[in-house]
Amino acid sequence: MSESILYYGVIPAIKAVVIVLVMATAAGVLTLFERRLLALLQVRKGPNRVGWEGSLQWVADTFKLLFKEDIVPAKADKVVHYLAPLFIIIPAMTVFAVLPWGPEVSFFGIKTPLYAMDVNIGLLFVLAVTTIGIYGVILAGWSSNSKYSLIGGLRSAAQLISYEVPMGFAVAAIIVMGQTLSLVEIIEAQKRMGLWFIFPGLVAFFLYFVSGVAETNRTPFDLPEAESELVAGFHTEYSGFKWSMFFLSEYANMVTVSAIATTLFFGGWLRPFPNVAFLSFLDFIPPIIWFLLKVSFFMFVYIWFRGTFPRYRFDQLMALGWKFLIPLSLGNIVLVAIAALWGKTGLTVLGTILTIAFAAGIFLAFRVPPKRLTVIEKSRPTEVPA
Amino acid sequence: MDPSVFFFWVFAAITVVGALGVITMRQPLHSALFLLLTFLAVAGLFILQHAEFLAAVQVLVYAGGIMVLFLFTIMLVNVRRQAKEPFVNRRAGIAVLAGFFLFLLVGGVLTGPALVKKGPPADPAALKTTVIENSTARVVVPGNSEAVAWGLYRDYLLPFEVASVFLLVAMIGAVVLGKRSLEKFD
Repeated sequence: MSESILYYGVIPAIKAVVIVLVMATAAGVLTLFERRLLALLQVRKGPNRVGWEGSLQWVADTFKLLFKEDIVPAKADKVVHYLAPLFIIIPAMTVFAVLPWGPEVSFFGIKTPLYAMDVNIGLLFVLAVTTIGIYGVILAGWSSNSKYSLIGGLRSAAQLISYEVPMGFAVAAIIVMGQTLSLVEIIEAQKRMGLWFIFPGLVAFFLYFVSGVAETNRTPFDLPEAESELVAGFHTEYSGFKWSMFFLSEYANMVTVSAIATTLFFGGWLRPFPNVAFLSFLDFIPPIIWFLLKVSFFMFVYIWFRGTFPRYRFDQLMALGWKFLIPLSLGNIVLVAIAALWGKTGLTVLGTILTIAFAAGIFLAFRVPPKRLTVIEKSRPTEVPA
Repeated sequence: MDPSVFFFWVFAAITVVGALGVITMRQPLHSALFLLLTFLAVAGLFILQHAEFLAAVQVLVYAGGIMVLFLFTIMLVNVRRQAKEPFVNRRAGIAVLAGFFLFLLVGGVLTGPALVKKGPPADPAALKTTVIENSTARVVVPGNSEAVAWGLYRDYLLPFEVASVFLLVAMIGAVVLGKRSLEKFD
């Protein structure tokens, strides 16, 4: 009996606490990472005063946020205004329960895997829980009694629903390849085949990451909080601790998207080319470090995007989602399903073809001189229905 | 008490309270939030029945898709105006009657003889199995998603396809109706 309490009570509880603490701290450190990196991309200095090279800036920011006055607008719906940050932070933290950080390790003689649980509906669990986060954005926009917030909330409702569809289809392609919903077993399948799913899943990865950026409201899809149009969008009327909940969950969601992308497409905790024997000297790096390295790379890409791309206009956003990503994702499922009929061979062939096509595309893109962009003018809406 | 029984009563209570909230709140958005609570509690009940796939789809489709569209519409059409209408409308009697018939129908299906002949059981070898190990016993549970897939795409393929055609018809109807009301404005 005491053993089952240890394995079903104490260890999951410890993991839950560790995950929440690590994530709350990581979000703080990531803000510093983001600000310094953006500064580097924009040729300026960024925060460099608090601590060595600004390394304690995030601690100062945290204390500032915690002690700020909490202002609730007049005529706001107080209960919903209070609930909205909870709606966004609880799902963001819950997803971390299923992220596979590393394989089984042993601490002080107790063997335990480096994830809180491996549920058999893994991927569906991730998708289902993250959809609840939409409510935080919508309710924050509605309850604040402010038109900027309301427009931000409306935009995000339309955006998040639209981009959930290609994201779901992209993930479905991976389910076809791995023949399982469990995140741990997807990693195991990549190990068995000796093939990261990025190769046959090149299109799926593109779809997943673009939708993921849209789902986390990051540039170039940050319309719900477009600061040049809507002040700060859905969280305009939030301050202090409640505002920091929105902030924290944005970073938590970015980590989630990066971690899922790593797990589905880049072999999770596996080293590169897991079945090639002469690369086995790479095994001196523990699996969790591989995982964190890959996740950090995607976090870097997020910030890189923010330093590079301008924001989409709303009708462009909808056109991209519905007219390009969704048809592409449907075609991709058919393609992957046909390849998966031949098992590992089929997926390898598909991966080779896609990789060659991708390399050729990059090569041609650099050879052909860029034309003047006229597409944007054409897509402007001609008439607005009354 | 067995923990699963305890959680059943917790989720059942939340479901009923949420459903009552939907019909008693004056503000449409509050009703929508109570409906969300009900959906989540029903997902909890599904998990207690080891129907994890149904639970995830319940949250994904109802809470994540349909309810968000409800909220979208509520936010567009009514900007925080309290309804002045009476609490119970004129059709209350009909609603009670319809509810009573639904109750009889559900009760009859649950207690009476099975009306639908069950299809052949899914091939157990084809189902992926999960092994739950604890200190006392080893329980083998068939994978829930696979079981649902066998049911939907083999045993009940025709009803499934008919239902999807119905949905398509309904969607085309909605598009036609929506277009007609737009043309009136021109």
